[in-house]
Amino acid sequence: MKTDLTINGEARTLDADARTTLLDALRTHLRLTGTKKGCDHGQCGACTVLVNGRRINSCLTLACMHDGDEITTIEGLGEPGDLSPLQRAFVTHDGYQCGYCTPGQICSATAMLEEAKAGWPSHVTDDVTSAPELTDAEISERMSGNLCRCSAYPNIVDAIREVWKDKQ
Amino acid sequence: MKPFDYKRAASAEDAIGAAASGATIIAGGTNLLDLMKLEVMAPETLVDINRLDLGQITVSGDGLRIGALVTNSDLAADKTVRRDYPVLAKALLAGASGQLRNKATTGGNLLQRTRCYYFYDTAMSCNKRDPGSGCAAMEGFNRIHAILGASDHCIATHPSDMAVAMLALKAVVEIEGKDGARNVPLDDFYRLPGDTPQHETILKPGELITAVMLPAPVASTQIYRKVRDRASYAFALVSVAAVIGMEDGKITHAALAFGGLAPRPWRNDALDRALVGAEPSAALFEKAADILLEDATGHGGNDFKIPLARRTLIAVLEEATK
Repeated sequence: MKTDLTINGEARTLDADARTTLLDALRTHLRLTGTKKGCDHGQCGACTVLVNGRRINSCLTLACMHDGDEITTIEGLGEPGDLSPLQRAFVTHDGYQCGYCTPGQICSATAMLEEAKAGWPSHVTDDVTSAPELTDAEISERMSGNLCRCSAYPNIVDAIREVWKDKQ
Repeated sequence: MKPFDYKRAASAEDAIGAAASGATIIAGGTNLLDLMKLEVMAPETLVDINRLDLGQITVSGDGLRIGALVTNSDLAADKTVRRDYPVLAKALLAGASGQLRNKATTGGNLLQRTRCYYFYDTAMSCNKRDPGSGCAAMEGFNRIHAILGASDHCIATHPSDMAVAMLALKAVVEIEGKDGARNVPLDDFYRLPGDTPQHETILKPGELITAVMLPAPVASTQIYRKVRDRASYAFALVSVAAVIGMEDGKITHAALAFGGLAPRPWRNDALDRALVGAEPSAALFEKAADILLEDATGHGGNDFKIPLARRTLIAVLEEATK
């Protein structure tokens, strides 16, 4: 079936079986292989992309459900020579080892900082009526949907904290 | 994944008509698509309701009406929910991950399926997935399984955090079907497994959840305590939602609900009644735990949940009444 998507600002038409997940549409049909397939069951976060600005697991949604939606992948956040602040900070702080989870980490963190800016609380926020400070504990909790099997977590938190501070 | 026909519903009637003819409704899809990949579920037709106008949170009388398509993130971030129903925001934030909460919907969260390993593994017997095939969990790894409300046919737990908080808030589910609309208290929405664990709710074929209504807020301390194997992004072993009102040193309102313990979000009228009118004390809290766990049965791997539920309930009551 035909699905119209705007991917990284570019209009694309997908013609694929209804079973095609957004993840497989991006990687296999549209050749945007920056988005990674890890568990394919919504547990690891490697496939995180932004849909209309919100982070989601692209493995757990069908491409055909996103007709008319705006999708941003890691390729749309920045590119060599023109990195996004988070991409640059991950490089500076060595926020990876093998790098496989990194596109998902960066897409997730990009949207997470917007959620924090909007004052969303998290599980570790003491008072859910308040707009919390983005402490390291807050960053870790909000990023718990992105696993890093190399366990680069301390450096990932460093990278995100730096970008958050620069935004303030 | 088995092939299926995909339809986009243009109206609630459209969705209800398709569902009445056997289509499976998809909203966020975070649980359904997972189950379809594993071929635990294999719908012939999916009807996508995401374009329906069910995504609003509105004031309704003294309470709140939450549209079935409101995402778990939007509900947790809603200022009225955070101020007047904080137990709900806390429960939502204790569940899943940021990515999943952005997709998961209010209606879908209520209808999510158990995470019992044997339900997910099509090579194993499971009365919920394949009625009459047996229950592999009974003699298997049953660390995450139910100690209350289970049967010889099924000991799976309901995985929702959101529904536990909604139960403590005395939520009502708004349902539309071919024969019109009806409102069902969440407490009457879920069925116990008995000998038909495949039937989990009172929804009839073709019925659609359109909203969840919360009654007027109660002046209260609200707590959601979730005990799990890791600090984030894990299902509850035991969770307690508490809405406790106090006046002049006495408990004036008590609504407790529990996750991780039973095939449905669990509550116990006698437990709530024992608390109302009483002064908080260690003896009272022990009595409350005795009432909750009177019929608790372990199956080996989950025996630990009985003392864990007792201690978690007592800790929550101490915190809510201090």
